[in-house]
This record gives sequence, structure tokens and C-alpha cells, in this order.
Amino acid sequence: MQLPEADQLIAALAESMRPRVTPDTCLVGIHTGGVWLAERLHALLGLSQPLGSIDVSFYRDDYSAKGLHPQPRGSRIPFDVESSHIVIVDDVLYTGRTTRAALNELFDYGRPARVDLAVLVDRGGRELPIAASFCALTLPAPLPAGQNLQLERDDSGALTLRLIHA
Amino acid sequence: MRNPQLNKHGELQHLLTLDGLPRAIITQILDTAAPFTEVAEREVKKLPLLRGKSVFNLFFENSTRTRTTFEIAAKRLSADVINLNVATSSTKKGETLLDTVDNLCAMHADMFVVRHESSGAPYLIAQHLENTGRDHIHVVNAGDGRHAHPTQGLLDMYTIRHYKKEFHNLTVAIVGDVLHSRVARSQIAALTTLGVPEVRVIGPKTLLPTDVEKMGVRVFHSMEEGLRGVDVVMMLRLQNERMNGALLPSPQEFFKVWGLTAEKLALAKPDAIVMHPGPMNRGVEIDSAVADGGQAVILPQVTFGIAVRMAVMSMLGSH
Repeated sequence: MQLPEADQLIAALAESMRPRVTPDTCLVGIHTGGVWLAERLHALLGLSQPLGSIDVSFYRDDYSAKGLHPQPRGSRIPFDVESSHIVIVDDVLYTGRTTRAALNELFDYGRPARVDLAVLVDRGGRELPIAASFCALTLPAPLPAGQNLQLERDDSGALTLRLIHA
Repeated sequence: MRNPQLNKHGELQHLLTLDGLPRAIITQILDTAAPFTEVAEREVKKLPLLRGKSVFNLFFENSTRTRTTFEIAAKRLSADVINLNVATSSTKKGETLLDTVDNLCAMHADMFVVRHESSGAPYLIAQHLENTGRDHIHVVNAGDGRHAHPTQGLLDMYTIRHYKKEFHNLTVAIVGDVLHSRVARSQIAALTTLGVPEVRVIGPKTLLPTDVEKMGVRVFHSMEEGLRGVDVVMMLRLQNERMNGALLPSPQEFFKVWGLTAEKLALAKPDAIVMHPGPMNRGVEIDSAVADGGQAVILPQVTFGIAVRMAVMSMLGSH
């Protein structure tokens, strides 16, 4: 499968979000790909609130089966969640479990006025009733479970989408 | 022989002592604790990791700080915490330790946090659980006799790493009543495992174990010599309640020779930190001016202790 350039998708995602964000909109990236993507969107959209990040390790529903991530990076929410407009940012939307965990964690900081979800790619395969508010690319058919689609960053900071066959 | 603290996959099964615990596991606990420090700043100070689990605090010996911080740590992980006041319980009616444990297992305990005046009591419980095939129940040693107090040792390492970043270039002095101190034994084990090149113990001969050099430390019988140039001063509590016989002339006399005053602290590096596991005997092992001074990190130790205990319990509860 030919994957499009990540930069093109990021630009398209930012344009689709532009009419719906204000300077006070807060972005929260999900570690790790979502944080890189959120950094780009934050710059492209000229947002004024500091960027947040979430590591969902402590909220995963498979914690008792898979155990704790060996090096959790923690979450950083440097703005007041109460009554704010928040966009959760992730590179790839798959089962929806990560999004659910991020929502749970976010609400432990307060009650936002509105929460949206922005993703670069929707690969299908949802196991929960969750949908993206903004999505740059929806794959025509769901990817098989054995395949792993993710954003990668090289030393120069360039982002690329990569498909890994497990 | 397999390390009784690790399961067959090399994961932490019980936390009983820092002696012989692999460096990778100690580092993993410290790394896991770091993001937990931030939970206290949230609106909802809770994470769901131990939701639905029952943690039993089994304290056969008095403690306020350790029991409270274990309780807070377990509650921040959403566990149900049951505090057993053992002094007024069945033990007084003659029940054995393992019968007490079996009864609590029948109440579906998932974790025991154990403090006991006898060295090795947490081992006995861990062994009993293994012999009876109850691998899903974990034991945390919250202090046993003179033997070990691993979470205190870990929170001390977390504190040192927080202020000093690295271990490989430090000189650390442990001062006072090492003989009666399970804290000192855990500190020495952790400091040497983490690669601190020079660990000193400072104290009178009567309050140092006879073979203390074998633990890999340099021994000093003078504060003036021992404190010179150190990066970290770890004070110990003078444990009057554990002493029988005339080990000391008087608390006043002890303070004169072994108490940490601003004058003696000036011999350490200017940016040296001062630690104390609490509870402090002001005017016995430490002067108030030092305990409340700018170099003391005694209260941050307490705060870090919660995050470190959360890390230990979440790692145990994850399998």
C-alpha cells in the first residue's frame, strides 16, 4: 500500500481544523506520535495555549493483562481543563481504546466544555463507539490486525508514516 | 537459587529487601515513580491501576508516616485499603502470623504491606504464599526488625536522584545509629547497587555493626573527618526504644559529638543535601537550624515516598 506524505496529511488536517478552533483551543497529544503531530498542528494553527501531553499507560484497560509500560512518561496538562475546548491529537485511530483511556485521564483534571479528536489516519477496526472529529485520511478498508501503522520521527524531526507487518 | 522477590519472568513479585535486588529493577521503580509525583496536582488525585484490588496494611509495630503514605499511595491507585490494628486483634488472642495471613487471603486480599518487629516476617509470609500456590498475592516489606526497609531506601534514592541527577560521582555519608537501623541497611544496599563510588558511615563504635565494612562502606568515627566533602548527608534516628544496655551516655552527650549542626554541615560540600527518614529527634541527632534549613530535603522525602510506593504497588499489581 502506498502511504501519502505525512507533511501533506498534516497540512490538510490543520486546514480542516482551522474553522473550528479559536486561539484558546488546547491541544493534547497522546504519546508518542500524537505529541509530535500536536506540536506541528500547534504551530500551523497559531494557538496560544501551551501544548499538553498524555501518556495513557496508567489508564489502559489491558493493564492487568499486559502490565505496566516499563518507562511511563507521564502526562503534562499545563492549562486549566475546566470549561476549555480541548482537541485530543493522535497519529492513528484504531480500536478506540487509547482514546477512551485519554478521555478518562483528561476528566480527572476537570470538566472541559468540549473535547474533539484529531487523527492523521483512521485505519478502521474500532472496538468502541468512538469517532474522530478531524481526520486527514480514512483507509478504504480496515488494516488487518497483524499490521501496525504508526508515525515515525527521524533525527532531523521529519515525520513519516510507516506500516509494519508483524 | 532464584531471587525470592522475582517471579519466573524476572518481574517483581514481592518487595522484601534491596539487598540483591537487580539494579535494573531499582531503576525501573525510580523511573516509574517520576510520573506519579504529578498526580497530586490533579483535580482527581487518583489513577485506576489498582481498581478493585484489596491492599491490607498489616502493621505489627507502630508507624504513622510509613503506614499513612502506603495508605495514600494505594488509595491514589484506586485500591481498597484495609488497615489492621494488629495490636488489638487476634494476634493478642494467640493467632499465629500465618493463620492471620490465611484468614485475610480468605477475604480475597491482593497485597499485604507488612511491618513487623521481627526480621524476616515478610519473607515468611511471601514463602507461605508461594508454598500454597497463591502467586497472585504480593507482599511489600514496610520494615522488619533491624533487617530492611526497602521503600524507605528507594524513596531516599529517588530524592538523591532528584537533587543530584547521577549516582556515579557522589560521596554519601550515613550518620548515627547504624546498628539498630533497617533504614541504613537498605540505603547502603541501594547506594552500592546504583554505583555510588563512596558510601561512608559515621558513628560511635557502639552503634555500628561489627562487620559494617563488609557492606562496602568506609567507616569514620569522627563527624569532622567523615562529613568532609560529602554531597549527601543521611541522618538516622537514634532508636532509644531498641536499645538495651548502656550503649550511650545520654542524648545530650550524643548531640554534642554526633548531632548534625550547621557548623559540622559546613564541612560538607556547599550544595550538600541533608536527609532524615523521620521521625526526627531534634537536639539529639539533628539541630533544628539544620532540620529547618535550606539544605534539608526532609519533607520532599515524605512527598516522594508516596510516588515511590505507588510505583512499587503498581508494578506488583500488574501481574
